[in-house]
Amino acid sequence: MKKVTARIYTFLIFLFLYAPIFVLIVFSFNDSETASRTVWGGFSLRWYQKLFEDRLILEALRNTLLIAVVSAVASTVLGTMAAIGINSMKRLPRRIMMNITNFPMVNPEIVTGVSLMLLFVSAVRLFGGRSLGMGSLFAAHITFCLPYVILSVLPKLRQMDSNLYEAAQDLGCPPVKAFFKVVLPEIMPGIVTGMIMAFTLSIDDFVISYFTSGTTQTLPIYIYSMTRKRISPEINALSTVLFAVVMVLLIIINVRNFKDQNKSRKGEAAV
Amino acid sequence: MKSNSKLLSAPYTVWMTIFIVLPMLLVGYFAFTDKSGHFTMENMLSVGQYSNVFLRSIWLGAVATAVSLALGYPLAYIIAKMNVKRQNVMVMLVMLPMWMNFLLRTYAWMTLLEDNGLINSALAAIGLPRVHMINTAGAVVLGMVYNYIPYMILPLYSVLTKIDTSVIEAAQDLGANSRKVFLKVVIPMSMPGVISGVTMVFVPAVSTFIISKMLGGGGNLLIGDLIDMQFLGSAYNPNLGSAVSLVLMVIILICMGIMNQFDDGEEAGGGGILL
Repeated sequence: MKKVTARIYTFLIFLFLYAPIFVLIVFSFNDSETASRTVWGGFSLRWYQKLFEDRLILEALRNTLLIAVVSAVASTVLGTMAAIGINSMKRLPRRIMMNITNFPMVNPEIVTGVSLMLLFVSAVRLFGGRSLGMGSLFAAHITFCLPYVILSVLPKLRQMDSNLYEAAQDLGCPPVKAFFKVVLPEIMPGIVTGMIMAFTLSIDDFVISYFTSGTTQTLPIYIYSMTRKRISPEINALSTVLFAVVMVLLIIINVRNFKDQNKSRKGEAAV
Repeated sequence: MKSNSKLLSAPYTVWMTIFIVLPMLLVGYFAFTDKSGHFTMENMLSVGQYSNVFLRSIWLGAVATAVSLALGYPLAYIIAKMNVKRQNVMVMLVMLPMWMNFLLRTYAWMTLLEDNGLINSALAAIGLPRVHMINTAGAVVLGMVYNYIPYMILPLYSVLTKIDTSVIEAAQDLGANSRKVFLKVVIPMSMPGVISGVTMVFVPAVSTFIISKMLGGGGNLLIGDLIDMQFLGSAYNPNLGSAVSLVLMVIILICMGIMNQFDDGEEAGGGGILL
């Protein structure tokens, strides 16, 4: 009896989580002259065709990917360097640095967004230069990605045995080489996690981009402007494509993890 | 590795000074000056006019947090009781919707809740009266719960799986029935998860402006909408907007402070149980 109740409850919550997404996907295939969101008019791929002909969407997609790649790489490099520095600090400076790092994660996104907007607008007013656009988006995205990189690299540094690095040097390895041969491989999982997080956060960000983009369009900003206007089922087609991409990525990651686990299990068995 | 490596964080320090510390100082500066840059308290004082907006945001955020906790706790508990393989699948299913942009997820609810949307069409089809749902406070709460409930479920799940089963068995051995075990052992030991879940839902819910705009119509203005209007909307006034942002930050910090207080106390309590 208890088990049945648990099953039904789980089903209802997942229905709540997935029903809207399911409806979006179904109506992306809807063939209807009036672009109705609620009346089924037969199966069609016309909205997909329209989507891939929409130059604005493709440009927004290009901007989004460019920003995500640049800010993921930049924040990973800066963040990893910072994490190594913070890790070797004394208690007080480390606490100060950690507070500054945690601040943007605790602060409401909208406040971070408007504060950066004030900074960029004031900078343009004081020093001239171009108004907000790709430049300010890069800076803003790197800023909100940095804490996530640092927080995923730091634990790996703490776990690492600092004697390893010293041992390498005692054995005649120059510091830079010792870093790349000993420290970096050790903290690599943290760096990769941080980079993936930075990349996905950047792709998904709307609130901070909204305040710092000027007239530049990213995908979330474009989606927002679509929901403000008379809505076209193109947006459903877009959601379906994005959802499918994420599903495929997740499945690939999971299959890889599964294989890795099997491999390590076999390895253990062999040992 | 010691003295040189400290220098490695110098670029980060410079970066965060320019892009986190300086912007925050600017918010403070704008909040206490007028358009020509003279000191004034006017912005801060006029925030008082919007106290109803603040109260509405806090109220709706609190309701959404409570609903998320009430709905999320049982699910987290059910998942934590499953075998490990199914647990992983379930956690992935909870996280998957978060990978769809939240604008799209909220937009999906617009199509469902509209006056001639799917839910109303379905009601009409089976002969029930239509219900007006979109542009109500209820729709805003629903949007918040829908978007943020994974942030409640995941931390709850991770503390619930970590509870040592021998503690529960000990309680049972000492004669506690299942209800008592749940109330006296499971709930107190999952408190850190409750705290982080509540903060992770409440902070974005209080400061949202998209959900209220899309699902709440014009009548459910929240703090976020107020800030948005001052910076990018018709009411352009960054000075007032900064003052509102400052007050929002203070509210959030106070809430976090209260929650942290709670957390420390509970951790000590948890230690007591373990001892």
